[in-house]
Amino acid sequence: MRKKIMYSFPDEVLEHVFSFIQSDKDRNAVSVVCKSWCEIERWCRRKVFIGNCYAVSPRMVIKRFPEVRSIELKGKPHFADFNLVPDGWGGYVLPWIVEMAGAYPWLEEIRLKRMVVTDESLELIAKSFKNFKVLVLFSCEGFSTDGLAAIAAGCKNLRELDLRESEVDDLSGHWLRHFPETCTSLLSLNISCLGSDEVSVSALERLVGRCPNLKSLRLNRGVTVDKIANILHRAPQLVDFGTGSYSAELRPDVLLNLAGAFSCCKELKSLSGFWDVVPAYLPALYSVCSRLTSLNLSYATIQNPEIIKLVSNCPNLQRLLVLDYIEDSGLEALASSCKDLQELRVFPSDPFGAEPHVSLTEQGLVAVSLGCPKLQSVLYFCRRMTNAALVTIAQNSPNFTRFRLCIIEPKTADYLTLEPLDVGFGAIVEHCKDLRRLSLSGLLTDRVFEYIGTYAKKLEMLSVAFAGDSDLGLHHVLSGCESLRKLEIRDCPFGDKALLANAAKLETMRSLWMSSCTVSFGACKLIGLKMPRLNVEVIDETEPPDSRPESCPVEKLYIYRSVSGPRFDMPPFVWTMDEERKVMH
Amino acid sequence: MEVNYDNGLNLKATELRLGLPGSDEPERQTTPRSNKRTLSEISSSGVTDDGNDYQQDSAPPAKEQVVGWPPIRSYRKNCIHATGRYVKVSVDGAAYLRKIDLKVYRSYPDLLKALENMFKLTIGAYSEREGYNGSGYAPTYEDKDGDWMLVGDVPWEMFISSCKRLRIMKGSEARGLGCV
Repeated sequence: MRKKIMYSFPDEVLEHVFSFIQSDKDRNAVSVVCKSWCEIERWCRRKVFIGNCYAVSPRMVIKRFPEVRSIELKGKPHFADFNLVPDGWGGYVLPWIVEMAGAYPWLEEIRLKRMVVTDESLELIAKSFKNFKVLVLFSCEGFSTDGLAAIAAGCKNLRELDLRESEVDDLSGHWLRHFPETCTSLLSLNISCLGSDEVSVSALERLVGRCPNLKSLRLNRGVTVDKIANILHRAPQLVDFGTGSYSAELRPDVLLNLAGAFSCCKELKSLSGFWDVVPAYLPALYSVCSRLTSLNLSYATIQNPEIIKLVSNCPNLQRLLVLDYIEDSGLEALASSCKDLQELRVFPSDPFGAEPHVSLTEQGLVAVSLGCPKLQSVLYFCRRMTNAALVTIAQNSPNFTRFRLCIIEPKTADYLTLEPLDVGFGAIVEHCKDLRRLSLSGLLTDRVFEYIGTYAKKLEMLSVAFAGDSDLGLHHVLSGCESLRKLEIRDCPFGDKALLANAAKLETMRSLWMSSCTVSFGACKLIGLKMPRLNVEVIDETEPPDSRPESCPVEKLYIYRSVSGPRFDMPPFVWTMDEERKVMH
Repeated sequence: MEVNYDNGLNLKATELRLGLPGSDEPERQTTPRSNKRTLSEISSSGVTDDGNDYQQDSAPPAKEQVVGWPPIRSYRKNCIHATGRYVKVSVDGAAYLRKIDLKVYRSYPDLLKALENMFKLTIGAYSEREGYNGSGYAPTYEDKDGDWMLVGDVPWEMFISSCKRLRIMKGSEARGLGCV
């Protein structure tokens, strides 16, 4: 009895202590200390992150955490971004909204990624949560401007509406008018994904004008550059601005107004948008450049010297997204001007062209790695690479946390030595001890996976395509990468052996995706049978997998851990073990 | 290496003749095989040469587009490229939509064959007067102006830049659509 009193605090004290613990990981750690801590913690957890909406059911979440105010859900596998996941696969948010409508009347925030969101879901959100504040729909689809109108009209305290990269059905440009005149609470509005004419500019101006706390505004392509000045004048406090289409007939008064409007925005640190750029309007930005920390030019089809001119004027730049029109010369200029650069993404302007028409090579990336000591995150599309360049980059940038290299033509070798790029990527994982995310490309043998399994101990996400020789490659990764959470593989000769030998590993991961590999249906069934806490889903759009011999490889395979068993919303082209784990259907 | 005629777009055998009357495509079929470039020559010169060369050969494109590669989000592709982008394809009677990248295909036969494979149906022969008469299905599309047209009515390049979405209709319904 005495021991118990010595070691226990009143619940309120513990709750107060826990309120300082915000990160999910720490919260999860707290909850496994002992039963009473688990109990106290679950009542005061306000924020839940669910990385796979099928890993747990809404009811289970609600049962464990009854007082949630903020929820984040992710649906489809990452390769859905590249059309590898057929339409109708799943990721529906409605069942979650329905359950939460009853259980969490005080829910304030919903953040969704790669989920199917219907107008019905949006209407239900608007109706059910009286204090709703934040809606982020990242890469979602399935809804229209009607649903947005319901949110605008129904959520009286809305602070954030962010539709980044979602697909919205345009039914009417007038949904913005549904924000009542009394709505003054907006902090962030991102409608950049809407098409060319889905917004009423006058309604937008009025909305922006009455929201004095608006810090982030990203417009859609339908707003032309001549309209921006009026909007900016109403929101000089903006920190993050996304232009619409940066074009209009060239008129000096428009240019002057625009420059004036930008110069009034003393807090502006981040710019994006820039569709259809008319280069003559770029000088309007110069007054803002010195303060910019983030610049997204990845839709801007401008070339050098315009790009170099812009970038050289941004000494405080931390994040740059750009098309390969920047070329090696532009990256060299970037390396000498932007010493604080942390993140660089270079996208291809002509990804399907057979021949390169821009001079962007491995040299550009080498220059940036040399000149920018704080570089941590890279996404780089190019057409050639060498092991030597990768080794240099790895040595220059031991701080990489994310490294994604896409050599456009699959299985491209080191163009100087004609060898595989195993050694180059090996250097990356060896030197970059904090690497959390890696995407491979080029000609690669099992050797690169041996390096990865040996060195990439902090790696959480690995993307592989057209690489490897045998199951040994997959085995190295599954047995060596201790922190691995997400593994996605396409078009690799990986089959049953590695998967079956490392089946237990899959329970320590969020998910595994394999498409166009050589995993047999029989192996899938076996894993499904032996591992009750894994959902094994076989995707086959041509015919039922059991209409062929068991040894035949499956088209696509998605395995993820779940505490709620197989899902019930699968389309006909997805097969999984049934409840009794006897049969795949 | 000789062009393998069997793997090519053997328009004659499938009885697909597309394009405006008097267009080059059908005539090229009678060109003696020895005048055609070999497959290796096509590969080294790339597929983005002037269109005439390609039509002349009716060989498969030297570089086959791989689904989902390079790994670029479709909205990004739609933004950058004027021609060729993802459009939704629906089939009457099927529950699910598909999305295809029009930029991947080089010609009507290419596209139709892909649609036939994707949805496991026969689309049949196009004729200017009667459309896709005689088959179960007819491919139609919605153009920039919101009008529904029969696939094949306009030249390929015009189709590529104006097509917003595809719908494969049951043959009986499609007969109502106007033809050129």
